[in-house]
Formats: sequence, C-alpha cells, structure tokens
Amino acid sequence: MDKIPRWADIFLVPFINLVLAFAASGLVVLAIGENPFDAIYYMIRGALGSTSGLGYTLYYATNYIFTGLAVAVAFHARLFNIGGEGQAAVSGIGVAVVVLAFDWPHWALALPFAIIGAGVMGAAWAFIPAYLQAKRGSHIVITTIMFNFIGAALMGFLLNGILKNPNTQNAESIGFGPGAHLPTAHEVLAPLGIAFSKSAPLNISFLLALLCAAGVWFLLWRTRLGYQIRAFGQSEAAAKYAGISSVKIIILTMLISGALAGMLSINVVMGEQERLIKEFVEGAGFVGIAVALMGRSHPFGIVLAALLFGMLTQGGFELLWEMPAISREMVLVIQALIILFTGALDNMVRDPVEKLFRRIRKGRI
Amino acid sequence: MELTETFLQLILTLDMTVRLSVVLILACLAGLFSERAGIVDIGLEGKMLIAAFFSAVAAYHSGNAWIGVLAGIAASMTFALIHGIASIAYRGNQLISGVALNFLASGLTVVIGNAWYKEGGRTPPLAGEARFSEITLPFADLIRDLPVIGPLYADVISGQKAIVYLAFLVVPLTWWVLFRTRFGLRLRAVGENPASVDTAGISVNRQRYAAVLIAGVLCGIAGAYLATSQAASFGREMTAGRGYIALAALIFAKWRPFYALMACLLFGLLEAISNLYPNIDVFGIFSIPVQFTQALPYILTVVILAGFIGKAIPPKASGEPYIKER
Repeated sequence: MDKIPRWADIFLVPFINLVLAFAASGLVVLAIGENPFDAIYYMIRGALGSTSGLGYTLYYATNYIFTGLAVAVAFHARLFNIGGEGQAAVSGIGVAVVVLAFDWPHWALALPFAIIGAGVMGAAWAFIPAYLQAKRGSHIVITTIMFNFIGAALMGFLLNGILKNPNTQNAESIGFGPGAHLPTAHEVLAPLGIAFSKSAPLNISFLLALLCAAGVWFLLWRTRLGYQIRAFGQSEAAAKYAGISSVKIIILTMLISGALAGMLSINVVMGEQERLIKEFVEGAGFVGIAVALMGRSHPFGIVLAALLFGMLTQGGFELLWEMPAISREMVLVIQALIILFTGALDNMVRDPVEKLFRRIRKGRI
Repeated sequence: MELTETFLQLILTLDMTVRLSVVLILACLAGLFSERAGIVDIGLEGKMLIAAFFSAVAAYHSGNAWIGVLAGIAASMTFALIHGIASIAYRGNQLISGVALNFLASGLTVVIGNAWYKEGGRTPPLAGEARFSEITLPFADLIRDLPVIGPLYADVISGQKAIVYLAFLVVPLTWWVLFRTRFGLRLRAVGENPASVDTAGISVNRQRYAAVLIAGVLCGIAGAYLATSQAASFGREMTAGRGYIALAALIFAKWRPFYALMACLLFGLLEAISNLYPNIDVFGIFSIPVQFTQALPYILTVVILAGFIGKAIPPKASGEPYIKER
C-alpha cells in the first residue's frame, strides 16, 4: 500500500484530527448557548495573556510532558501504560519521605534525592504490572488500571495514618521545610530583571521536564536499549530472534515509564504544594495518553502537545470567569475529544488522506 | 440477644450487598457481551455515567422513572455506537476509545448539568413516580416472623426495586443467549476466530456491532439504576469507579455469566462491608483499614490475572480489529 508523505503523517493528519476535536467541542459550547469563538479567544488570552497565565500554562505543561513521555516510552515497546495516574500518585510518597526525612540545607541538595525518591516509587508501582506481563502474561492495561485504584487506596491509608499531619482534619502530610523549596520562575527571573508573576506555580521542574524529553530522545534513538525497545515494539518475534529478552525489555521499559510518571510529583508536590495531598495528580496521568498520541510518541511532539494541553487546562480555568455557563469540566470534554479523534478515530482521517495522496500520485505519473 | 443482633447485621449487610451488586452485574454482563465478541470495553464507566445523567434528566422532566431508563439506554447506546464505529469501522485502538469515552462522559455530564441546572453538575432531586420504589413480593409480610428464612425473604429478596430483579434475570438470559442460541454462538465465534465466521459467510462487523450495542443497553440500565433507584438524582462522578470494578469482576469471572454474578456479589459485599463497617477490628489485635477493603476487588483481580488462582484467559481475538481479506 502507498504510504502518505512523512509531513502529512506527522502534521497534516494530527492537525485535521485536532480541528475535528475542536469543532466537536465547539458544538458542545454552542449547545450550551455560548459563542465558541469567544470561548477560544478567552482561553488563549487566559493561557498566554499574562505572565501569571503563562506560568500556569507551563506548570501544567510540565506535568503533561512527564506523563506524556511515560506513556510514549511504553508505547514504543507496544505496551499501553494506563497507570501513569497511580504511578505519579505513589511517587508523591517518595518525594514526601525524602523531603521530610532531613532538614535540607539547600534545594539543590534535596532535589536529586527527591528525584530518586519519586523515580523509585513511580517505577516500583509500574514494576508489579510489568513483571506480571513479562512473566505471567497478565494484560498490562488491566493490571495498571487496578494499580491506579490500589495506589489511591494506599495514598488514602498513609495520609490518614502515618503520613498524616496531626494538626489538620485533611488527609495531608505536614508542610515541607524551606530548605526543600524549589525556585519558582519569579525567583529565577527576578535577578535577571525579568518580571514574572509571583503567584504562578511554574518552577525549575519545567527544565527537568525538558531534560527528560531530551533524555528520552537520546535513550530511544541513540542507545542500544532504546533500539531494543523499539525493535521489540515493532515485532516481538523478530526481537526475540535477534536475541532480545522480552522479559528484560518489558520490565525495563515499564520501570522507565513509571519513573517518568513519578517526576510529576517533583513539579506538584515539591514545587507547588510543598506537602503531600491525596489527589494531587488530578488526571494528569490520563492526559499523558492524549499527549503521547498527539505527539506521535516523539519527545519533541510530546513537548508541543503538552504545551497545547497546558494551554487548554489553564485557558479552561480562565474561561470560567468570562463564561459562567461553562464549567471547568469543559477542558475534560476537549481532552476527551482530542483523545477520541487522534487516538481512536485516526483512520477516519487517515484513510481519505491516503486515498487523496494516491490519486495525486497517479495523476502525476 | 447477641445472636439476633448479629443476625440483623447480617441481613442488613446482605440487603446492601444486593443493592450495590446490581450496577456491577449489569455492567459486567455488558462487558461480557462486548468482550466475548472481541471488542474490549473499558468504557463501561463512561457509558454508565452518561446514562445516569440522562436518565435523571428524563425522569425529572417526565416524572416517570421508566422514561428515565429509556433515556439512559439511549445515551449509553450513543456512546456504544461511537465505540463501535471507532473500533469496528475505523479499526481504532479499543482501549484508547474507551478511555476517551470515559473522559467525555465525566466532562459532558458536569458541563451540561451545570449549564442546565446550575448546581455544580447535580440534577434536581427525583421524587414520587420519577424514582423507582420498592417492590414487596407476595407473602413478604406473612412470613417475616419465621426464623432465618422470614427476614431473609422479607428484607433481602423482597423489597428491592424493579431493576434489581431485572438485573438478576439478565444473568440466566445472558447465559442462554450466549450458549444456547445461534446468535450467541456466532457472537462468541467472532471473539475467538473472526476469520472463520467470515468464511462461513456471516458478517463479523454486524455481530460486533450487535454485541457493542447490547453492552450499551445494559450499561444504560445500570446507569439509570444509579440515578433513579440507588440515588434520587445525578451527582458528578456518581459511578465512582464501578465500571472498572465490573471490568475486574469480568476477569475474575473468566468471562462467564454465572461466575460474573458471583464475582459481582462478592465485590458488592466488599463494598457493603466498607460502607457499613469502615474499620474492622480483628480480635482486638489489629484492625483492617477501610482502604484495604476498598482495594480488595482490585487486588484480587491482579492475583487472578497473575494466574495464582486459576488462569484468566480472555477471548482470543479480543482487542484485535478484524480486517477482511481482499
């Protein structure tokens, strides 16, 4: 069968998918009796119109880069890690334990250890599903879903038990010390003479996210392990024949995936909340699926898709102020439609595009 | 005295188990139809949620609970159809389609609910005919005073709502359809070996659409039960992960109808226990935290999946789009 050109595969098809998703979202806005074009304007203004909006947009994007990379790495080995939500949640325990264990003198010292804590816990939560997939053939989609719920129960147990702050009614840990405070965008940019909103939660985790994106690119396309992961994803049988151990690839890929999802808690728990609360992931693990799909599982695409979803999330919150008839769940609707059109209904666009290119080619010859 | 107290607690627990299992049973059977035909459905949750919303809306405006059920079925079937089109016609990823529909339901219900009623996604309370009332079976009051059997009949078996009885009837019906009819044979064949069904001149796609739509009907009834029987209005995220528990029960039941009933009753019992007895004291030595009881269905499912207690083998072609040879 004729393949469509690369640019059409990477840009044209996702773009049409996106347009369809937004058109469907527009219909929902219209059905509520609001003007969808006004809604888009308010969302863009809310997401990018001020340094505060931009700070929130990039803060959310940071989360989505982490979870998007987590899903993408697994995708490359043809594993569907739907457990980013649980892995990220449990990784928060790692961050909290590391940060609360010592009276850290400086954030630069605390950060590497917190990263290890988050990574280890995130990876640990991915390990059991990975092991069961590799050794016992238990479907990883179902086991990771189950582990999302088990993770939520574990968080509830710990935050109502040994990690609970005795001075409050809420299920949350005690606050982190000032020594573990990550520099925010305001604190980093102010000495350089750039004014940035004080209230925006954007912090240096954003740089960590970009670093992870570069790292994932290097891993997948410049290392032996990355090659093995991709080979395994292309054809398990061929990879086995080439001497690649499926057990090793499944487990290693999922550990990396879980650790990446775990980095989310560096941004949220350490960077913003500065304490461990129960539901800090807020669906970012699931958004990671959409981000990985939009970004075609490539780190560069994921960063772009994460920025788009960050804009959506922040813009959606701002929309509330301008259009009270619309609730913040509109963001969820848009995300769902993007997942639907780019992920599940992809062939609805791809088939006609392929047909079109075939016709163009025939016309030329 | 002590014994009667324990017995009353038991009756209360069993009654609650039955009430809570209904949603799981219907959703689990929905998943059973779909997955037996080779279409993986993790969108049970979303279908039930959208059905719960529209059934509450329709029941409120019509004042009739059955119209609510019909509206719920219609909403759920619309979602089922999208899932069908994505995974059958466009050979899309069934898991991703399910995830998207779950998201869509949790977003749409609140967005529309808030726009219409301005109560944070909640719909107006249902009263009178808009809500299902309890059905007292014959002789319930007559034999209530009999020991053991009496309260069991009067308080657990009798006095439930219409959909409860319906759900328990759907179990043998599902078994009969799947294992005793030509339709059922074809449906199962499509899930195991679609190519052979195709060779026999039967449309794989039509069978799969039928299965997906049946799943839509069952999820619709389940959602309507939540909003018009268990509760008296729609509340945001009111399915609360039950679609996933049903999915777990389906695996636990190894894709069989009567096993599914047992698994759903077990998981319903666990939910009833965690509602009634948050922290269970074991001989005063240690207490089982409520989170453990809540997580137990998921833990059990992982154990089953791991193959430590029997082996859960899904229908062979499930999750695979069928591409007709040309």
